[in-house]
Amino acid sequence: MLRFQFVSTVRLGIKSLMLHKLRAMLTMLGIIFGVCSVIAMLAIGEGASYEAQERIKKLGSNNVIVNSYKPAEDNQQNSGNRGMQIDYGLTYQDASRLQATIPGVKRVLPMRIIRENVRFSRNEVPCQVIGTLPFYPTVVGVDQVRGRFLCHLDERHQNNVCVITTGLAQRLFPYQDPLQHAVKISEFYYRVVGIIRETGTADQRPQTGQMEGEPIDNNVYIPLSTSRTRFGEVLIRRSAGSFQAEKVELHRVTVQMETLEAVETADPQIKLVLDRFHDRKDYEVIVPLELLRQAQETKRMFNIVLGSIAAISLLVGGIGIMNIMLATVTERTREIGVRRALGAKKRDIVTQFLVETVVLSIGGGLIGVTVGLIVPVIVSHLTAMKTIVTVWSVFVAFGISGAVGIVFGIYPARAAANLDPIEALRHE
Amino acid sequence: MSLPGTNSTPMIRTVDLQKTYVLGEENIVRALRGVDFQVAQGSYVAIMGPSGSGKSTILNLLGCLDRPSDGQYFLGTEDVSQMDDNQLSEVRGRRIGFIFQSYNLIAQLTVLENIQVPLVYQGVDLRDYEERCVDLAKLVGLGDRLDHRPSQLSGGQQQRVAVARSLVNDPLIILADEPTGNLDSKTGTEVLDLIDRLNGDGKTIILVTHDDKVARRAHRVIHMKDGRIDREVVNRELTPR
Repeated sequence: MLRFQFVSTVRLGIKSLMLHKLRAMLTMLGIIFGVCSVIAMLAIGEGASYEAQERIKKLGSNNVIVNSYKPAEDNQQNSGNRGMQIDYGLTYQDASRLQATIPGVKRVLPMRIIRENVRFSRNEVPCQVIGTLPFYPTVVGVDQVRGRFLCHLDERHQNNVCVITTGLAQRLFPYQDPLQHAVKISEFYYRVVGIIRETGTADQRPQTGQMEGEPIDNNVYIPLSTSRTRFGEVLIRRSAGSFQAEKVELHRVTVQMETLEAVETADPQIKLVLDRFHDRKDYEVIVPLELLRQAQETKRMFNIVLGSIAAISLLVGGIGIMNIMLATVTERTREIGVRRALGAKKRDIVTQFLVETVVLSIGGGLIGVTVGLIVPVIVSHLTAMKTIVTVWSVFVAFGISGAVGIVFGIYPARAAANLDPIEALRHE
Repeated sequence: MSLPGTNSTPMIRTVDLQKTYVLGEENIVRALRGVDFQVAQGSYVAIMGPSGSGKSTILNLLGCLDRPSDGQYFLGTEDVSQMDDNQLSEVRGRRIGFIFQSYNLIAQLTVLENIQVPLVYQGVDLRDYEERCVDLAKLVGLGDRLDHRPSQLSGGQQQRVAVARSLVNDPLIILADEPTGNLDSKTGTEVLDLIDRLNGDGKTIILVTHDDKVARRAHRVIHMKDGRIDREVVNRELTPR
């Protein structure tokens, strides 16, 4: 019985709204835009932060990365006094000290990263030649596409073998199978034994906060021992008539921790250990987990900002609805009087107008959801930006639109119900 | 022997009914200054009087649209003068049928739906009453116009829909406020004939009018003046059976 009354009230509400289709549509616009913007903006924001977080995750959330970097200019003169040679960065000893002293360390992966041109036939590609140890894939995410990675024998015998990334493979070997071909790096030839796809992009520099841009995917991996003997410790760089020599033993040490808890405490401990042997600040510690947190924090802020914008637009939409409903109440005063005379209680009148408002806002919400689901698709189509429509954003937006209908419907509905029936009947 | 029209159980009984409107500190209007009267079941009463005599006020009170400032009003056996808004709505919905001067049909509803409006607020399943509503529409001669909107009907037809609507909840009394005021004399007569027929079927009718010709159809004519009953005329030719 009650259910029937409810259905007929809703039907009546829709019927009353349909009398003024244009007005109803215009009234709904506020809600439509509000809901649509909530969903679309959150989808775009979610997509952007997802990409950022994915990149950070690729660095390995269990890892702590220690990079060598060239100290500031003024220090160079003091310490780099031996001719033009600058001596800085992490050492092999640092790596073994970290392995030995930091609690919770699983593995310490040393890396030498040298920028060189790699040649095959007539193709020449500038890339990073990374000297590292065979367990590299267990520390940094890597997909083995073909062949194998470096092995212990390569390391022990200082073999001239290399593993290249898919990107580089495409550029160097557009028409051949790279496996078993030899590429030339500076003076020497290295046999390609495997192709990998980097899921962790080694040369991302996330500490600068720049997550966007193409990851550099031109990497050649050679055994660490080979790197040491072929390139030596001193790297000479010639540029515009002058030359500069740098002595760097290791460019990067990735410390893999056993647990996430160990990651939390690792940063200060690593600094403590390294600071004893480094009088200058020639290294930096990057904690991807920390970056992930920052990214999540950024996302949270972003969501709050978007949420406020959306809330304002929904508020404006709600006020629009309230305005129209107040006008409708005035316009239909006579009808209200008649209904009251024919037995409608105040509650019935409240329900009638509230239902109309809620139908308006829910209708607007439904259209808004539909548009809001389409917009991200168009955006990601046009701009190659990733968008993720989260289920909760749809529900929240829709829920809020319903709530807006109730909140902003109550005042006009009560105004209608509180009309004196006699006055209302007399109303022209 | 009692007067004609008051010979059975009184359907309506008012005791010293008063209504005072406070419009400002100094401006107090005493619209009703103590009205005592009774209406028997099945009788047909017309209320006449110049404007400002209180006839609209008494109709509002009888229709439970308003509460008296003082005095009592018994509808059937219930004292409705002390009821709250919800109870008054309930009484209006179940016991009273209204016919207004300006028909007061709801524009967006069809004839059938307009007739159903009082039922909506009784919380009944309209489907169970559809036949009854159609019968009422036939009774007032609009059986073939169920899907029309009020705007598609003439004034007389609209008023006949209003008559059907006033009957749908099977009320104790029907209150008609100048039912022919907006109609030409021919259609007005048709509507009045319809009301006569309802009275003939045993409905109690109270009708407010300016028109002597209209009032002449009633068993009793109550003349109001300055918030009091001035005089009462009993139409001996039309005493109820």
